[in-house]
Amino acid sequence: MEFFRIKQDIPVMRHALMFNIISFVTFALAVFFLIVRGLNFSVEFTGGTLVEVHYAESAPLTEIRAALEKAGYSDAPVQNFGSTQDVLIRLPLNLRDAAADNPESAGAAPDAARHGELVLAMLRSTAAVPPELRRVEFVGPQVGKELAENGALALLFVVVGIMVYLAFRFEWRFSVSTIIANLHDVTIILGFFAFFQWEFSLSVLAAVLAVLGYSVNESVVVFDRVRETFRKTRGLTTPQVLDQAITSTMSRTVITHGSTQAVVLSMLVFGGETLHNFALALTVGICFGIYSSILVASPIVMWLGVSREQFIKPVKAKDPTMRADGACV
Amino acid sequence: MNRYPLWKYITVLAALLLGFVYTLPNLLGSAPAVQVSSNRATLKIDDKFRPRVEEILAAAGIENTGIFTDAVGIKVRLADEDAQARARVALEKALNPAPDPADHDYVVALNFLSASPQWLTSIGALPMYLGLDLRGGVHFLLQVDMPGAELHRLDSISASLRALMRDENLRYGGINREEKSVVLRFQDAGTQAKARELIRDRFPELALVEAEAASADASALSLTAVMRPETLRQLSEYALKQNISTLHNRINELGVAEPVITQQGMDRIVVQLPGVLDTGKAKDMIGRTATLELRMVDETPGALEAALAGNLPFGDELLTEHERDGRKRPILLKKQVVLTGESLTNAQPGVDENGQPAVHLDFNASGARVIRVITGENVGKRMAILLIEKGRAEVVTAPVIRSEIGGGRMMISGNMRMSEASDIALLLRAGSLAAPMEIIEERTVGPSLGKENIQKGFDSTLWGFIAVVTFMCLYYRVFGLISSVALTANLLFLVALLSMLQATLTLPGIAAIALTLGMAIDANVLINERIREELRAGLPPQAAIHAGYERAFDTILDSNLTTLIAGLALLIFGSGPVRGFAVVHCLGIFTSIFSAVTVSRALVNLVYGYRRKLAHVSVGQVWKPEPGKAR
Repeated sequence: MEFFRIKQDIPVMRHALMFNIISFVTFALAVFFLIVRGLNFSVEFTGGTLVEVHYAESAPLTEIRAALEKAGYSDAPVQNFGSTQDVLIRLPLNLRDAAADNPESAGAAPDAARHGELVLAMLRSTAAVPPELRRVEFVGPQVGKELAENGALALLFVVVGIMVYLAFRFEWRFSVSTIIANLHDVTIILGFFAFFQWEFSLSVLAAVLAVLGYSVNESVVVFDRVRETFRKTRGLTTPQVLDQAITSTMSRTVITHGSTQAVVLSMLVFGGETLHNFALALTVGICFGIYSSILVASPIVMWLGVSREQFIKPVKAKDPTMRADGACV
Repeated sequence: MNRYPLWKYITVLAALLLGFVYTLPNLLGSAPAVQVSSNRATLKIDDKFRPRVEEILAAAGIENTGIFTDAVGIKVRLADEDAQARARVALEKALNPAPDPADHDYVVALNFLSASPQWLTSIGALPMYLGLDLRGGVHFLLQVDMPGAELHRLDSISASLRALMRDENLRYGGINREEKSVVLRFQDAGTQAKARELIRDRFPELALVEAEAASADASALSLTAVMRPETLRQLSEYALKQNISTLHNRINELGVAEPVITQQGMDRIVVQLPGVLDTGKAKDMIGRTATLELRMVDETPGALEAALAGNLPFGDELLTEHERDGRKRPILLKKQVVLTGESLTNAQPGVDENGQPAVHLDFNASGARVIRVITGENVGKRMAILLIEKGRAEVVTAPVIRSEIGGGRMMISGNMRMSEASDIALLLRAGSLAAPMEIIEERTVGPSLGKENIQKGFDSTLWGFIAVVTFMCLYYRVFGLISSVALTANLLFLVALLSMLQATLTLPGIAAIALTLGMAIDANVLINERIREELRAGLPPQAAIHAGYERAFDTILDSNLTTLIAGLALLIFGSGPVRGFAVVHCLGIFTSIFSAVTVSRALVNLVYGYRRKLAHVSVGQVWKPEPGKAR
């Protein structure tokens, strides 16, 4: 069995301009949605309280909402989480005043960290069959800010680290085009999260960074082959070399990504709500990772003017009369 | 060319064996256990305590499958959960007869122990350490208010300075804390100079900042004292340590089997309480304050004997003193409180004038005055220092007063080791929180969600693994099978490594295991594709295998290193769930290089390397373009 029976090199580079335009448009759209809609940050970043409870039967959403309103948490969103029995309640950070109005809670806990407890106690007392606690998360404002900062720092670290490594291992042209291609991926993932308003949590951030490392792989594999082809064969033009490298790694690209995607798909199916967005980010990342490393990175390398000479070490003259500066006497 | 030297096979075999042994405890699961630990800092549980536990269990007729002593206390492994519940009740009843939980000397908690045989446990083969999102429990991140602690300290220093100036008859215009410094104002230069000397002498922790002397106004003569940077650093270190030790003491009462209380960064404390769901109680515990009291010991001859006989002298209280060797001794104290912990500003281990270990206590101005009077009147008598928490008093130490103590600095010394001195200092400081704390992050996970998370993580990994392995075997035949074995080895290594390091496994960590498997197969795909390509180019089978591995290696290394850069970034900047992901991700990169390259190569060599005339390699169909139409 062999999937890829490619008789001739795929003339990818001939359509390079078109692919670049497509990429640019997608990228622009992603940026547009990021600006217009913004990311739907999770509690981890915004700060606030999150309460998840499990009811033995279908959860009485309207009753929960009414009870919350009575307790002063009027604008807290209540929604099903995964199934109709699971309920997720989000309490924003600035609830201090609202809760203070409530005589029951005002004396007991003026402190933001206590809201989860209050809501839980309230849910237990209102329902006939008390719901079971699944999780409570409280994140103070300073933590959220730090997480966002650390996320940005991590992104910067990865970008710089990979650029330096590739520049050292290959050539600066490769490193620049790889990073452009991968930042394009990251922006598109974020664009998807902004467009669909999927929740952007810490684990999604981890997935984004993992994708960054992972799709660099892809470019590395292609560029490894480009370097090898430049060294081995003569007389090919740069686009031809790129085409040949892309074609000969095509089968590996698809199979590898297929395997990774199989695992990610399994996470999407079996992983439940917690891993859902993580797997989603990986899926988008993997799909665009293939696309960008082949159809974005390679054309950019071409535009940047990669050529055979950059990979062939200058042949040393064996003339003993040659001086250190290379001049012959 | 496709043969490994013997040592390489042995290395691979040894690694596989090691991987298997350390993975084993995870497969064997865990057994219910009861854990007995100490509820007092002065009481240590060690091997000597073991016969007592055995006795209690034997008396209750409960069979155990092993008793283990570790740093925390004693753990008893039991056959089933029923025996666990009965053992807990029996131990609780025998060890903690007092009805009030505050009086309990021991903490008896339910726990789990690895069900593996003793030899596995003794080589450190333990099951993976599950994070709170998998086992259920509470996680708190506490922020210690360091600026608050600093201001508090400066306030008490300015009070001490006032007392000092009064005692030395130095007239001052005013001593006030301004922002983060203490400003002293004087009438004349002479007093200022004297005061400067005095402060330099008595308050080594203060640095004097020269005020603008150029000011023409004579009444502007002043001294500005600030805390030295090293003192500040020390203060925040002590505040953190003290808060942590206070938290330890309090959380022990919750009966949590394996609480984790650690420092994070310069001013944060992480508290993890597995199995605890009542966050309200935990929060009360964290925010509670304890007090310290100084009282005189009643040493009237015969009074103690009378009290023991039931005739408590009027105005006295009978308490138990915990000797440092673990023995208990009754001690009779006067009810009248000499001083409370409010007056104690610091307690530190140090040495006395003879170089012997000692505990240094600092009192504030009003405390210092009281101490001078009391010690002056009671030379030769004993004074007790008590820690009072929730109405229960515990005697920390009861030293003899040797002489009148002035200046608010007291020293307890004599016949103690350095470690004991620091224990006492810690206990004295531990009475209260050094600096207020605020909960800035909380995660509570119910036990049912924890179990579900494990199941979900396991399912994702399993099905992802099956999908990849099935495809590999179909597509690459024998080489696919070998790749699958290598992938299994990778999983084995990863789980073994996680168990060995006892790194915390979280749900994102499990996701990282699954993802590692999905990514690790990349290396084998690279190799197999390369072998096909070499065969297509017309290389003989043995040469094709050799070239395939050789040429693919550079690419594998490059791609794994770039992934590692991303993993390291997550490890450095990530926190909470991201960190759990990053640890597994990074470890997975190392295990996958080894298993995909070395383990699979060893297998290939064993299968193909020893055939003289190899005509065919089973790496799936190698399709060749028609001659003439080739590129």
